[in-house]
Amino acid sequence: MSGLRGRAAILGIAELPAERKQTRPALFTLDQWAMLSKMVLDDAGVPASAVNGLVTHGIAESDMFAPATLAEYLGIALDYGERVDLGGATAAGMVWRAAAAVELGLCDAVLVVVPGSQIMPTPRQPRTPASPPWVGASSDKYGSPQAEFEIPYGNVGQNGPYAQIAQRYAHEYGYDPRATAKIAVDQRTNACAHPGAIFHGRPITVDDVLASPMIADPIRMLDVVMRVQGGAAVLIGGVDLTRRARNRPVWITGLGEHIAFKTPTYADNLLQTPIKRAADRAFEMAGVSRADIDIASIYDCYTITVLMTLEDAGFAPKGEGMRWVLEHDLTHAGDFPLNTAGGQLSFGQAGMAGGMHHVVDAARQIMGRAENAQVPRCDIGFVTGNGGIMSEQVALILRGE
Amino acid sequence: MSATPPKPLPEPTPVSRPYWDGLAEGVVRIQYSPSADQWVFYPRTLAPGTLADDLEWREISGAGTLYTYTAAERPVAPPWADAVHHLPAVVEWDEGPRVSTELIDVDPAEVRIGMRVEPVFCPEGDITMLRYRPMKEAP
Repeated sequence: MSGLRGRAAILGIAELPAERKQTRPALFTLDQWAMLSKMVLDDAGVPASAVNGLVTHGIAESDMFAPATLAEYLGIALDYGERVDLGGATAAGMVWRAAAAVELGLCDAVLVVVPGSQIMPTPRQPRTPASPPWVGASSDKYGSPQAEFEIPYGNVGQNGPYAQIAQRYAHEYGYDPRATAKIAVDQRTNACAHPGAIFHGRPITVDDVLASPMIADPIRMLDVVMRVQGGAAVLIGGVDLTRRARNRPVWITGLGEHIAFKTPTYADNLLQTPIKRAADRAFEMAGVSRADIDIASIYDCYTITVLMTLEDAGFAPKGEGMRWVLEHDLTHAGDFPLNTAGGQLSFGQAGMAGGMHHVVDAARQIMGRAENAQVPRCDIGFVTGNGGIMSEQVALILRGE
Repeated sequence: MSATPPKPLPEPTPVSRPYWDGLAEGVVRIQYSPSADQWVFYPRTLAPGTLADDLEWREISGAGTLYTYTAAERPVAPPWADAVHHLPAVVEWDEGPRVSTELIDVDPAEVRIGMRVEPVFCPEGDITMLRYRPMKEAP
């Protein structure tokens, strides 16, 4: 089949340690972009002069023309510049687009950077926001379907809609809250082996999860990510640059993307998530099987997201994910290493950079740089991104050697 | 304690006006595409999937089954800070499409996915909201 030939690789990774209260100085997203770019270029051992591509999800300082603004600010002219708008799937979507641009020969090295700090310099006169912040990923603009048919009923934010999916899952397949809790517990174990994680040094038990406050039935507080300040980046380049770069190259060999809807109310099948099509394509393109995966880094805004991704990506039988999770050790030392830097549940969710956490997690393992959380003989990784309410998802296969 | 901001209300558009006018009259009126033999919600100018130019407005009973819901124990957003037993829900109409709504007049412990539900037309200012409660009699 057509697809990537595995001739573009992640050359460097960067991830700021998660902070609940930021100690780093307040920076505009333009400056965060520059800082993370420098970090990831230094990590790769590649000079800024080699870069001629970038991918962004947008910048807070400018509603439009983000690639050009960044090119100008960084002083890097671009042969390829793109903006990706896939919510939590953006980072994974950025990675394959950058890899495709390199394979097409459009550019040599692509900065793929996601600032993740809300702590920015504030103007003397605060600008009046167009929308209240709680509108979040919905749009309250006139003519928006969400403004007219969702928000007025309180179908807004993430907790309620994800809980609605979990309720429907429970209705069709049953629900064992100990299983979803175990996902959070195993990832917390991983965070305890990863110093950058916000919950490093704070292990939890299944009982802790089940005792945490109910947010939207059946989702409890410890089933949900917590916002942190941070940021993450990767540098992607072609074969020539991998010979000069410092790290073991992490080749992007498979991808799939599927965008199904915006609001779950309108899903054709709420319990078959878009990752199914995306993962099937990614595995076929890469020519590897589920059993070949050494490290999975699965987008985990909620534990139910992980559970349904494990099923729909083909690791656990459909409807049996709860039992499967209880039968497997998901820690870095276990039989199915998952979200080995804590995932967003235990590393923290640095805004849009949360999606890049999973790319960096898998790449760090394949580079052999995960230290106390290192998975032995880690060569093949599976990464997912998830945007909206499990409405748009991306799968990647990453490979060492 | 700071005042709870008002809940945002829908603002009908030229495309959706017949739907909201229907609710104000106490009926549920949605679109239908004869060429696709498909009911359509929310309102559009062309049929989703086929982009057929044959959407027409038809009245439906508004009855349906509860597809899913949650009991929000924490407010979904500041305007719902005072909403106790907020039950955001998705109802599947008998004709097929699903609609976002809220369940009312029901104890959260009594809610069951798959239960029959009936429309409740709730005037609020210039608009009539469509909420749902358990069906009181056999369909």
